[in-house]
Amino acid sequence: MDGVRFINGTLRRIPSALVYLAGVTPAAVYFYWAVMNQLGADPLQALERRLGLWALQLLILTLLVTPVRKWTRINLIKFRRAFGLLTFLYVVLHLLTWLVLDKQFFWSEILADLYKRPYIILGMTGFLLLVPLALTSNNLSIRRLGPKTWNRLHKLSYLVILLGAVHYLLVVKAWPLQPLFYLGGAILLLCVRIRWSFLKTWAGNMIESVRAT
Amino acid sequence: MRPRFDTELKECDVTPEADFINRRRLMAGAAGLLASGLIGTPLLARSRYSTTAKPNSLKDITTYNNFYEFGTGKSDPARYAGALTIKPWSIKVDGLVDKPGTYGFEDLIAGLPTEERIYRFRCVEAWSMVVPWTGFQLSDLLKKVGVQSGARFVAFETLVRPSEMPGQNRALLDWPYREGLRLDEAMHPLTMIATGLYGKPLPKQNGAPLRLVVPWKYGFKSIKSIVRISLTDRMPQTTWNMQNPREYGFYSNVNPTVDHPRWSQASERPLGGGLFSKRVPTRMFNGYEKEVAGLYKGMNLKKLF
Repeated sequence: MDGVRFINGTLRRIPSALVYLAGVTPAAVYFYWAVMNQLGADPLQALERRLGLWALQLLILTLLVTPVRKWTRINLIKFRRAFGLLTFLYVVLHLLTWLVLDKQFFWSEILADLYKRPYIILGMTGFLLLVPLALTSNNLSIRRLGPKTWNRLHKLSYLVILLGAVHYLLVVKAWPLQPLFYLGGAILLLCVRIRWSFLKTWAGNMIESVRAT
Repeated sequence: MRPRFDTELKECDVTPEADFINRRRLMAGAAGLLASGLIGTPLLARSRYSTTAKPNSLKDITTYNNFYEFGTGKSDPARYAGALTIKPWSIKVDGLVDKPGTYGFEDLIAGLPTEERIYRFRCVEAWSMVVPWTGFQLSDLLKKVGVQSGARFVAFETLVRPSEMPGQNRALLDWPYREGLRLDEAMHPLTMIATGLYGKPLPKQNGAPLRLVVPWKYGFKSIKSIVRISLTDRMPQTTWNMQNPREYGFYSNVNPTVDHPRWSQASERPLGGGLFSKRVPTRMFNGYEKEVAGLYKGMNLKKLF
């Protein structure tokens, strides 16, 4: 347990600001490379995909905090808000890249996409669901809503990660492995949150009541 | 929605033919020929089928490819295709032909008139490039092997060699990659077999040693590294159609009014202009409407997409 205590002690001394700083750096660097035409024949798609992928990875990281604490006792809870807000930032940058640089305000196409294309609908829904989460990621909101309500609200992130993973799967052709891995990871993260003991009791009760009749 | 300054005029309408091949291209072409050891081959004349649009750089064309035999990433083909053995290479020609058989690559193309064709290339993923192919018309090859009267379609197959094509170790697509054309599409003068790029032999990631190029159809129709050409009397199976018939039709003509079920085909992003390059409206038959619309007279292209 000494190792864990050492890790947690070290983590406590890292200011969150550093996590924010480290979080925005890749976006800045990647945007610079895209502008400088260093990302191959299609810098736009490289940037757009990369921002989306990072958003997905950050959300996975956010949702890993709880299981990691449960299994390893390593406590990252201090950084969870930073992970969550960075997720939102990357989703916004991803969306802006699509709107401004990819679709270039071709409104007829954008509006058609919004109701015709499942991947856009899923992505947009994910973004919209993240807005209230980002807006309430501060101490004041937790106090106002009360921890219970706040917690319930932030369970929306479970839905968002599924939306994000399916959104990714829908932009590729055929069934490449990478998006499938992300979807599998998202499902896994949700599965570890199911309270199996609760399910067992519930199922047991059901069987009991069936027997009793 | 056509671009404002688009006219049907071509460069050749105003420029004397002698001035066509600009100096830089001549020099680049000559350097390329020298480099590839083809000294003595006459310089390629500019085809009347070429677009006057500026071709993409060799780097763009050879590092951004869909060739799932080598992986699904755009840079996978450039990374892995080097291991492909293309000498020797043989092509099986069978079905309703007068001279069926297994031909060596050199024997099959011997005597066919080669020229450079600068074509627009429109991917089904809604990006596009301009590519200076060299090669010959498929019609010339088909005449050479003799098409029998019952033939109505041409079917093509790509090499299957998982030891050199790592993407084939997974059943991502139902290998071999298969494509097909109606005979009149195959005989159309725009339809070519490319054996070169920028005046040099075709790079492996672009489908060496020989590939189909059908500029008015989505890029996936232009099958790469061909090992079999069959003339048949029935519509052949085609890979992407087999993978998802709702999304990819047999014809797969570029058509801005028929969307891919998951994304729009109304516009495209021409590559090569960097991050801020402008999205442009996609043109019917990729801008080759005048040349090929006649092939589809009376057909409902929304249904037969």
